[in-house]
Formats: sequence, structure tokens, C-alpha cells
Amino acid sequence: MGWLEPLLLTIITASTPLLLAAIGELVAERSGVLNLGVEGMMIMGAVCAFAVAVQTDNGFLGVIAGALAGAGLSLIFAVLTVSMATNQVATGLALTLFGIGVSGVIGDGYVGVDRSPLPRLDVPGLTDLPFIGPVLFGQDALVYLSFALVIGVTWFLRRSRAGLTLRAVGDNHHSAHSLGLPVVRARYLAILFGGACAGLGGAYLSLSYTPFWVEEMTAGRGWIALALVVFASWIPWRAIVGAYLFGTITILQFHAQGAGIGIPSQLMSSLPYLATILVLVIISYERTRARANTPLCLGIPFVADR
Amino acid sequence: MTGTTKNGAHDVPLLEARGITKQFGTVTANDTVDLVVREGEIHALLGENGAGKSTLVKILYGILEPNAGNVLWRGEAIRLRAPADAQALGIGMVFQHFSLFEALTVAENITLALPRDTSTREVARKVRAISAEYGLPLDPDRHVYRLSVGERQRIEIVRCLMQNPRLIIMDEPTAVLTPQEADKLFETLIRLAGEGCSILYISHRLEEVKRICSTATVLRRGKVVAACDPRKETAASLARMMVGADIDDVKPPGEHAFGPVRLSVAGLSTTPEDPLGTALHDISFEVRGGEVLGIAGVAGNGQEELFEALSGIVPVRRPETMAIDGKPVGRAGINARRRMGAAFAPEERIGEAAVARFKLSENILLSGHETEGVVSGGFINARGARTLATEVIERFDVRVGGPDPEAGSLSGGNLQKFVVGREMRRAPGVVVLSQPTWGVDAGAAAVIRQALIDLAAQGSAVVVISQDLDEIFQIADSIAAISHGRLSAVYPANEMDMEKAGLLMGGVHASETGEAVDAA
Amino acid sequence: MRLELERRGEQSRVMTVLSPVIAIGLTLVAGAILFLLAGIHPAEGIYTYFISPVTTAYSAQEVLVKASPLILIALGLSLCFQANVWNIGAEGQYTLGAILGGWLALAFGNFSSPLVLPAVLVAGIAGGLLWAAIPALLKTVFRTNEILTSLMLTYVALLLLDYLVRGPLRDPAGFNFPESALFGPSAVLPTLASGGRLHLGVLFAFGLAIIMAFAMPTTLKGFQIRTIGQAPKAARFAGFGTNGMILFVFLVSGGLAGLAGISEVSGTIGQLLPVISPGYGFTAIIVAFLGRLNPIGIVFAGLIMSISFIGGEAAQIRLGLPIDVAKVFQGFLLFFILACDTLIYYRLRLLKPRAAT
Repeated sequence: MGWLEPLLLTIITASTPLLLAAIGELVAERSGVLNLGVEGMMIMGAVCAFAVAVQTDNGFLGVIAGALAGAGLSLIFAVLTVSMATNQVATGLALTLFGIGVSGVIGDGYVGVDRSPLPRLDVPGLTDLPFIGPVLFGQDALVYLSFALVIGVTWFLRRSRAGLTLRAVGDNHHSAHSLGLPVVRARYLAILFGGACAGLGGAYLSLSYTPFWVEEMTAGRGWIALALVVFASWIPWRAIVGAYLFGTITILQFHAQGAGIGIPSQLMSSLPYLATILVLVIISYERTRARANTPLCLGIPFVADR
Repeated sequence: MTGTTKNGAHDVPLLEARGITKQFGTVTANDTVDLVVREGEIHALLGENGAGKSTLVKILYGILEPNAGNVLWRGEAIRLRAPADAQALGIGMVFQHFSLFEALTVAENITLALPRDTSTREVARKVRAISAEYGLPLDPDRHVYRLSVGERQRIEIVRCLMQNPRLIIMDEPTAVLTPQEADKLFETLIRLAGEGCSILYISHRLEEVKRICSTATVLRRGKVVAACDPRKETAASLARMMVGADIDDVKPPGEHAFGPVRLSVAGLSTTPEDPLGTALHDISFEVRGGEVLGIAGVAGNGQEELFEALSGIVPVRRPETMAIDGKPVGRAGINARRRMGAAFAPEERIGEAAVARFKLSENILLSGHETEGVVSGGFINARGARTLATEVIERFDVRVGGPDPEAGSLSGGNLQKFVVGREMRRAPGVVVLSQPTWGVDAGAAAVIRQALIDLAAQGSAVVVISQDLDEIFQIADSIAAISHGRLSAVYPANEMDMEKAGLLMGGVHASETGEAVDAA
Repeated sequence: MRLELERRGEQSRVMTVLSPVIAIGLTLVAGAILFLLAGIHPAEGIYTYFISPVTTAYSAQEVLVKASPLILIALGLSLCFQANVWNIGAEGQYTLGAILGGWLALAFGNFSSPLVLPAVLVAGIAGGLLWAAIPALLKTVFRTNEILTSLMLTYVALLLLDYLVRGPLRDPAGFNFPESALFGPSAVLPTLASGGRLHLGVLFAFGLAIIMAFAMPTTLKGFQIRTIGQAPKAARFAGFGTNGMILFVFLVSGGLAGLAGISEVSGTIGQLLPVISPGYGFTAIIVAFLGRLNPIGIVFAGLIMSISFIGGEAAQIRLGLPIDVAKVFQGFLLFFILACDTLIYYRLRLLKPRAAT
């Protein structure tokens, strides 16, 4: 059993950034906006979090900076797609390309800089418990936050009035507008929330997962997060399942590489991407199930007639 | 303040619109429109499609802002910036194209129109109470996408009633109902008016306006042309006010003999690809040369699927299920059927029958690329397509702004004339049309209906799928109704009346009609 | 007061032409502001990025060489995007083209037969085409979202190339460097003028643009592609088999990306390396949009993007700016072009609050 604990711990670290980014995108998509810029927002979160954490020597400020950077980038997306009614697919792609470019510029001076990872929870007595202790009570704040966000978003969508409005806007923006619901405001807020969450996911990567910065370190995680939203069929708790499934695949392929199995490392590294394709195929084959939650306005620009 | 005198409260109208003007670009949708609605009256707003009725009520409900003019509520000038302002005053609206959310439950749909602190559970309880009180059966926990059109309209009405409205605006409420369902709606409306609630009732159906409305304001091309008591008018006089001239009546074909069977359908059953679509069950009928078959039905009962199967947009498995001029075509695609002399006009004008951002000449290519000789060796003959477009424009009197405009710039009626004209041009032997005059002004509708009758007179078989019973009775030689994906028997038009058609549309079939079984 | 969009009756022909010009202008303004913030004289910065690449014959040739793969890929993508098919895995299709063509070039490059080069090119096209066939088939058979599958396959393709040049295709005489042997002479794309940098691949790009500029508006195929993208239901009504069209545009764009890939390794690089592209497959997306999905527009857009790539290298050397600044400019340009495109279909209107009566 000695191997299981470190394995679980690494799976949690690999899954958390995916979960953070996915839950944010899920909310944005529920409002009817498809933001393909997750990868760009994540990488901006990663670089800004790292830069601020190094400059201030404060991991907490780094996390805040990551969230703000993600939200800031998503604001560009919101202005273009919501206020200017641009094509969401193209704008999202532009956001990713732009985010990768800007992160490279900002991160130029931080390549090779080291810092210690985010502090982990340490409850005397509890954290020392064998096995359960480090897994349940020995994580850093962002891991707990990721679960809190899933619970919060679940409550928000199911029980709150604002969540009902958000779902209505994503389902039919013309009806929502004629009932006087604030379509534009709901979408702006959902996009900003999605951006902040993607930024947090990025911050986790550069502050905790690998406590240093390298260019393009998100390595497609933003895209996997997008696939996770489809996998979750827009239901928050299913995003946990998806994120941990992918986290597990990522970690297992690392361990397999470490164990010196005679399979090329590149093949192992491509497993998460191949798994994503497989999952997407399975999900799309099973269309009926997802139908009820699919936001019908996903990707369609809204322009009110006045 | 306003110049209204404060005499007895009943003298002050509930709602008054003064000099409302609204322009969209160069089009004036409302031109200094005045309207007065008093308490407890059912007030008809009459006008043709495109006369500006919808624009006016959207202004009264705060969705659109007028360029000029103002609105008075109980004599006080008000400004309606958003629907919330209208709701706060007690104005409710039942939309023609429902403003519902498919993925939400009935209760959630209603909650969204109520003040922020209303809980969905509380709403569900009240919905049950109201639906029992007014005889509007609704299950608050059902998702909207599972509901029929009639049920959806009930949600809108209950949603209005929950807001304790003083004025309910209803935009063409009976367009989607069977005659029997419409009767039930009228009972509800008369009862509401009796309780003091005013109703602004928008319609172009004159008989029902005469039946339930005590006042009428008539709009024509954005202007008020008359205000009258519809009960003292005849349907013909009301129609004249709406249209401004006598519309050429569609000339009935008179007694005529039918030729051989040109389109036959035998045992057509389908499973929809969309899990929420309607399956067709064992549909069989024949249409002879010279015959117009009208298929009546309330929206969402399989009309779309039937059109897709008949046109070959979605071919079926067994070839012998359908035959054109005796040749089996079940597996043939739409172009193969066109080559056999068939033509089709789908319901959706923009996005299916025509592409908004394509020029009319490009839209000619959509259905004519294989049959009109405008494509050779893979290359488009653009000049040929333009000639054909001009021909259709001239023959069907399509009003266009330029020589070859984009389809999206045409009004609904003109685009529909173009779409139908495009298919009529080569005198197809079999033609299937879905909702050919839906939302089209009276003049255009008459042109289209006349073209169909004339085509049949030349020996073609015509199938018209329509929700509009008036249209079906006007042009069809034989009538059937579709309900839940099943087609009734086909009756000669002279053996049919509104009531019988309504029962068939409600799914009560021939053997049962005599037994007074409730359609619901 | 607030700004609102008002739908135009017909699309504005003026804005169709003007929108890319305005977008480029705005990008230059944004660039100037960025240079100011970075303490660089804006004129010098803009000169380095956008003018200096075309001042010498050598660098002007380089502009054409770098523009060719962008144009080839963007031409294919423009078909996809017009049909509303979102192939964003061109980078992977480009890589597979390079791999399959490169493999053939390594195997037969030393045979002196005139058939070797065409075979290498065909293999390159086939590589891109096959890689594109995967997301295309998944979309048509299972309705799987092509955006994500085509992108995921890009990562797989890059890892595959990495594996090959470190493993099976590594040059045995290459001191363990992760690179293949140089291609034999008969597998190398000939240059257009001796001693110059321009190779046959440049001709492919420009020739194809001209062919497409002619074919798209005049052929039924072009009409079908536009119809599917504008109104899928209208395409069904017209009887243009949707699945067939999706496969067609995907395979054509994959084939063109593959051709770009093999042209690059056989014409410009001369061997397989772990990295054979500065992100051509992604930049081509910008090129396609900047060119308004129009073949001639794409040629200009490809040249502009190529200039910014080379300008980026110059700026790295002369101004000490990170190479990624070029990507930032490209991002800006795409944002601005998307915003300006809105003005083709909408009018901006300033709403003044109406005086209460």
C-alpha cells in the first residue's frame, strides 16, 4: 500500500488544474458562450501567478494575480463576442494564440527561476493520520477551492435565482431578452468567472504542480478542460469525475515511463490526448443523454433589436 | 402632466398610446399610431402581416423603444425601458413565438418572469392552483421541451396571470391551436375580461375578433386606419379596412375531374434522428393529377418529418413506400425526385428555402442546380441564374429593392412569393409545400394560393401541409389531418367542416368523431 | 449614452474591403503604444517589425518562403471555415505531411529518378489528408466535435515526430543529435532561381491561390461549401450531402497542410527535425480570417504574417525583444479583424437617452 498514497497525491495535483479550468468554462457555456480561449487564459494565469509570487515572495498574491490575469484576458473575449457579436470560435482561438504570445513575453525573464510550492494544509493530528491524513488534510488551498467551486456552482445553478437566469440566457437568449432578463450582463459575468477559474488552474500549474515557469507549460490542458465540459454534459459534479480520470491517466503514464516499460515515452505522453478523443467519441455517440443540459444558444451571438 | 381630465375613473383609459412612431432603418413600422384600451375590454388590434402590430405591442411591453410618441397608463405618462417596467405596471404578454426556455421546467419558466425573491417551489404550488381555477392543466415540474404547442401557450398565459395583470397582450394566440382549443381559450379570455382585466388581442382572423372583441383598432402599413366596434362590422368590411382594397378572391377551381395518381405514399413510418422529434406511423395517401391535398395539423405533430420524407431530404428505407408517377422513390434523395418532376417548398423561409445572405440568383441555384440548366460541368452559369431570378420576380410580382438583392432584404411575403415562384416555374408534376403562406400578407397569400390552384388545374398533384385551416378550406380538394405522427383518412373537402377538422387535428379519428370523445 | 449594434439590411461592400485595412491600422497603433510602454521608439519598433523584412532581397525572399506554408494551409482552412467546419489541427496535418513525405524522401532520396520528388510530395499530401480524415470521420460518423479532436491530434502528431527523429528516423551518423539524415538530392524541392531561397513550394502556394480565386465563385463546389456554412438546412434542402462536404473540406485542407509540411522539410529545411514549424498551422488560422476567407486576401494576409515573423526575429536581435512579441501582434490583429468584421453586418449606433416627455 505504500505506493498508493504518493500515487493518489500526484493524481490530485494533476487533476486540480483541469478541474478548476473546466468548472469555469462550464459556467460560461451554460450562459451560452463557447470560449475556446481556455488554454490562453490558463497560460496567462500561470505566468502572472508565477511572476507576482516571485516578485512579492507571496504565493497567495500569486494566486490572486493568476485569477485576475485569466479574468482580464476573458474580458477581451467578452467585449468582442458579447458586445461586438463576433464569431465565438474564431475569437476563442485568437484568445489562445494571444495568451500564449503574451505569456511568452511576460515569462521571458522568469525561465529557470525557482520558488517553493504553495503551502499545504497541516492540521496537527489529522494530517499525520496514516494514508487519509495527507490525502484529505494535507493539500494546498487550491485543491480545496476546486471542490468548493464545484459545490458552489452546483448550488448556484440548481438553487439560486441568478443561476436560473444564467441557464435561461444560455437556453434561449431571445426569450430571456423579451422577459427582461439581463442577457449581456449574465454573459459578461459568466465569461469573467470562467476566465478567473482558468487563471486559477494556470496558477496551480506554475505555483504547485511544477513550481517553476516554462513556456507553453499548459501543454493542451486548457483544451482538455474544454473536452471535460462536454464529458460532464454541463453537470458540475461530473467534471470532477472527468478531471480525475484524466489526472489519473496523466500520472499513470508518468509512472509507466518511470518504470522503464519498453514503450516510447512519446506514446505514453500522447495518452491523455488520445483518451480525450476516445471520451469525446463515446460521449457524442450517446447524444440523447446530453441533450437536456446542452445550452441551446451555445456559440450563437446575440444582438438585441431595439 | 398630461391633459387628461380626472373625471370618473372609468373615463380614464387604462392604456393610451399617442403618436407612436418607430423606424427600422428606412422602414417605418409604426407611423404616429394612437391606441386607447379601456378597463375590462377585449380590444382587437387588427392588421395584415407586416402592418406593424407586433412592433406596436413590443413597444407597449418595453422590448422596443419608439422613436417618437408616448404611452400613458391610467392617464399618467410613463416610459417603458424594459419589459420589467411594463410588468411592474401590470402589463403581461403572451408571445406569438413563445418566449419559453426548453431546458427549464414549467415552474422555472414562470419564476423567471416574477420578482427576484420568488421561489420556484412556491411558484409550482401557485401554478397548480391557477391551472385548476382557470381550467388550464399544467404540470409545473415538466420540462418545456416535452410539451405540446397548446401546453406551451398555457404556460405563457399562466405566467401572465401570476403577475396579477391589468392588461394582457396576446399576439396571434389562436394561430397554433385547434378550433376546440381556441374555444377554450376564448372562455378564459371572456372570464378574465369579466374580472376587469383588459386584453389587447392581436389577430388577423376576423371571425374570432367579431366573436370576442368589443373594440378594434386597425393598422395598415404602420398607420391606424380605423377604430370600430367589430361586432357591428362584417368580416368583409373588416378585411377591407385591413387591406385597404378588395383582395382578389382566390378563384375556386370548380368541379373538375382528377387524373391518374401522381404521388402515392404507402405505410410510411419513420424513427426521428432527433430524440425529441416526432415519429411517423404508417402514413398512407394518394394524390391525383389536378388534386390539391391539404394536410391540417397543429405545429409539432410530425409535419416537419413528413415534409422531409416526402421531399427526400431524409429518404426512407423501402423504395416502394413512396412513388412519383408510379415509380418507387422511397430511397431517392431530393435531387433525384426533382429530376422526376417534383418540387418542394419547406416551411422555414430563411435558412432552409433560402439563404439570407445569398442573392436571389444564388437562391435559384439552391433548388435548381440539377434541373434548371444553370450548372454545367460543375461551373455555375451566373447569367442564366440571374435571368431565371428576374423571370420569377416578374411573374410573381416579387417587390425587390434592386436588380438582384440578397434574400434577407425581402419582406416575408415577397420572399415567400419568390420561393414558391421558383418551384412553380417549371410546372412540376408533383409539388409539396409546408406552411406556404405562414406569416405572409393577404395579397401575397392570395397570389400563392391562386398559383397552387392553377398548377393543379394543369394536371399536377399538390400537397399543402398547413396549420391554417382557412387556407386549407380555401384551396384543398381533399383534406386530412396529422396528429402525433399519424395521418387521418383523407376526406373530400365538401365532406369536411371546421369542427370535424379540429377533432381530427386533436387526434380523434373517424370512428370516434361520432362518439363525442374529448380530444384532450 | 451607449453603443449598440444595428443590423444592416444587406452586408456592407465598403466595409468588406475596408475592415482588414482598419484592423491593420489599429494593430499598428496598438503596437506603437506597446513600444512606447517598453521604452522603444514606436517608429523604430514598427520599422523593425514590419518594414525591415522587405528591405533586402534576401529577407524579401525569406518573406515569400515563410508566407508559402501559411498561404497553403490558410487556403485549405478557408474552405473549412466557410463550410462552418472548424479544423484547427492543421499544425498536426502539416507535421504528418512532413513525416510521411520525409520518410519517403529518406528512403528513396538517393535514387536518381524523376519520380522520387512527385512521390515524396504525394506522400506528404497523403500524410496530411489521412491525419485530417480522423477528425473528419469522427465528425461525420459520431458527430464528435472536430475542434477538440483535430487539436488533440496535433499534440499526438508533434509527439510522433519527436519520437521518430529521436528513434527510427534518426541519422545514424548524426552523433546522436535528434535529427534525420539530410534528404537525398532527388527528394529536395528545386529552387526557382539558382542560389536563391525560393523553392517550388512557393509556386504551389501562389498558383493554388489563383486557382481557388477563380474556382470558388464560379463552381458548384464553391457554392455548396458556402451554402453549408451559411445555412446547413438550406444545404440539405438543396441536396448537397452534408457529410460528403465535411469530408471534402477536411481532406482538402489536410492535404494542403500536408503539402505545406513536405514542402517546408524538403524545400527549406532539407531534413526532419523535432521542431519543423514556428506554429504555421495556428498562424494560418489568423491568415485565413485576415484574408476574409478569400484566396487573394489570404495571399496578402500570409505575406503580412510572414513579415511579422521575420520582423520578430529581427527585433529579437536588434531590440532585444522576446520572439513572442510577434505572436502578441498577431493576436491583436486577429482581435481587430474580428471586431471590424462585425461592421460588415452591423452598424454601430450611438444611443442617446431620450428626453422624458
